[in-house]
Amino acid sequence: MGEIEEPSATVSVATPIAVRLTAVDSDSPWRSSLQQLRRNRAAMTALGVLLFMVVVVLLAPVYAHDIAHDNPFASNLQGRIKIGNHYRSVMQANTQGLGLGVTPIGPTWHFSKYFLGADELGRDVFARVLYGGRVTLLIGFSSGLICIAAATVLGMLAGYFGRATDWIISRLLDIVWAFPIYLLAISLSVILVTSGLDLGIIHIGAGSLLLPILIIASVYVPYVARPVRGIVFSLKEREFIQAAIASGASDWHILRKEILPNVAPSVIVFFPLMVALNILTESALSILGIGVQPPQASWGTIINDGLQLLYTRPWVAIAPGICIVIVCVALNILGDGVRDAFDPRAKLRGSI
Amino acid sequence: MPRFIAKRLASAVLVMFTISVLVFLIFFATPGVNPASRIAGRSATPAVLRQVSKEFGLNRPLPIRYALMMYHLFIKQDLTSYVNIGDRIIPQITAAAPITLSLISGAIVIWLLVGISAGIIAAKNKGKFVDPLVMFFGIAAISIPVYWLCEMVLIVTQGGLHSSIFAWVPNGGYVSITQSPEQWFTHLVFPWITLASLYAGIYARVLRGELINNLNEDYIRTARAKGLSERRILYRHALRCSMITIVSLFGLDVGVLVGGAALLTEVVFGLPGIGWLTYQGLTNLDLPLIMGCVMYGAFFVVLASAAVDVLYAYIDPRIRVVN
Repeated sequence: MGEIEEPSATVSVATPIAVRLTAVDSDSPWRSSLQQLRRNRAAMTALGVLLFMVVVVLLAPVYAHDIAHDNPFASNLQGRIKIGNHYRSVMQANTQGLGLGVTPIGPTWHFSKYFLGADELGRDVFARVLYGGRVTLLIGFSSGLICIAAATVLGMLAGYFGRATDWIISRLLDIVWAFPIYLLAISLSVILVTSGLDLGIIHIGAGSLLLPILIIASVYVPYVARPVRGIVFSLKEREFIQAAIASGASDWHILRKEILPNVAPSVIVFFPLMVALNILTESALSILGIGVQPPQASWGTIINDGLQLLYTRPWVAIAPGICIVIVCVALNILGDGVRDAFDPRAKLRGSI
Repeated sequence: MPRFIAKRLASAVLVMFTISVLVFLIFFATPGVNPASRIAGRSATPAVLRQVSKEFGLNRPLPIRYALMMYHLFIKQDLTSYVNIGDRIIPQITAAAPITLSLISGAIVIWLLVGISAGIIAAKNKGKFVDPLVMFFGIAAISIPVYWLCEMVLIVTQGGLHSSIFAWVPNGGYVSITQSPEQWFTHLVFPWITLASLYAGIYARVLRGELINNLNEDYIRTARAKGLSERRILYRHALRCSMITIVSLFGLDVGVLVGGAALLTEVVFGLPGIGWLTYQGLTNLDLPLIMGCVMYGAFFVVLASAAVDVLYAYIDPRIRVVN
């Protein structure tokens, strides 16, 4: 029972033995790591929760078109909805104070209509949370992938070639590393999100999701590239790499066939944690108005919409936040499991 | 030690220089963007654009433009906003700095106290009820968006309960400590707790792991064999060694806090610190203001982490030799 709860101490001591034992009867370290991950009940539960969230947000159009019959991206200030036998308007006249102005309808708790109520423009919050989840998860996973891929390439090049290549790459990483992440992301976002990126042939429009994806991916590159560089440095001294060099293998071949497979487990360990970190960064940028741009919505922008309705309709802000917490908790627990299975000695820590 | 401090300061200066170059390039040399119209804001007349062009030397080579910018930012300190016409930026930042510092320092005290004691309690009661609870808070701390937690705290303190038990909690804003220490405290106590709760979770979790690892080391067995009390072993031996990790984490986190979490906390709680100022700049697209805030914020982070490194070297003499 208690064993699952304590990955850092007990498992990290026990794992080398477990790996050695399984290595005898199974042919690849990958398979034994995967097997170990599969036996980790906490990590598998987290993976299940994650998959569930992915499926639910993918079903957003089904919900909007076939169950709620509304358009979560169009304002609906005059709309009326039928609950049970009576009709209610989406925007309701204020009853408190002078009775001026309107307040969006609160949660109906009826799945077919405005389950979580409406926002300031009379849009269905539940449908928006589903659609926003698609954008948030898309940004989280794709920026995580891009970040890890770029960091692996940079770290491998710097670690393998050394000398001038290493000096240039390392200094670039140092600069980004020294810069407070959010301040760097804010600077990049405020320039790019307002006017788009124009690099000769490549043009990315101002409202494109590619901008937050690329910005978030690039600010976290040093977090992965620096450890990768260190690992490659020490790998280069090992006999099998020296043997490959001596046998006349090309650099490309050595990097791809000898180094990459040995770096991969350490890199994979970073992935779930990076995705969680990226989701938090995306929502922070969206709160500041420089992340996802309307008409697109993400969990961050919906929380931002909810800030004005915090005391009258708190669910607009509560619901997307709960979604972020569920996904990030699942990713972090999964991340701990992946670390214990693939690279138990890796020192990782997600931070805000 | 003096040599170490000198070296660390020199590298901090180098880092500040590169950061200033990078910020300058991001704001003024991004391809496809006309810097004059960005500085001048959305509704600028051609006359204003010409003035901006002249003031920042926009038709001159890049290094001169950089030098001019730094001159306005740090030496003459007369960078002005074109969105709120005539507003000097540097005085705004210096007026906002004490508020950010109040927020951060209070949060640091709470998070270190709570985080370290929770970590010790969890390590002492390994496997018992408290232990998984601390682990759970550790995971929650790195999974909860800080501004969202702030909003939830606002819902509780300013929502339905505001008329009863939380009637003493002011509705946002800031009162300086010289004006009224009591008001200062009531304005800041919930921002402090909110901000600290996340970091306390992280620190408790890290310290617990470190303590448990250290308690398995040989020197602890030696201490036990000598017949020292468990209490002495835990506090004088294991904890002392584990604090090295905590101190180095702390250096990183102060930076993350100033540049990130504190910024969002200020925005949600309406504390007019540097983060709030940055947010104002972002909503009005006031580029000189944003740039000023980013530059001063980044410099503060670099200096703070240099200071923590010096402290670190003081605690752990090995660092002085390695670097």
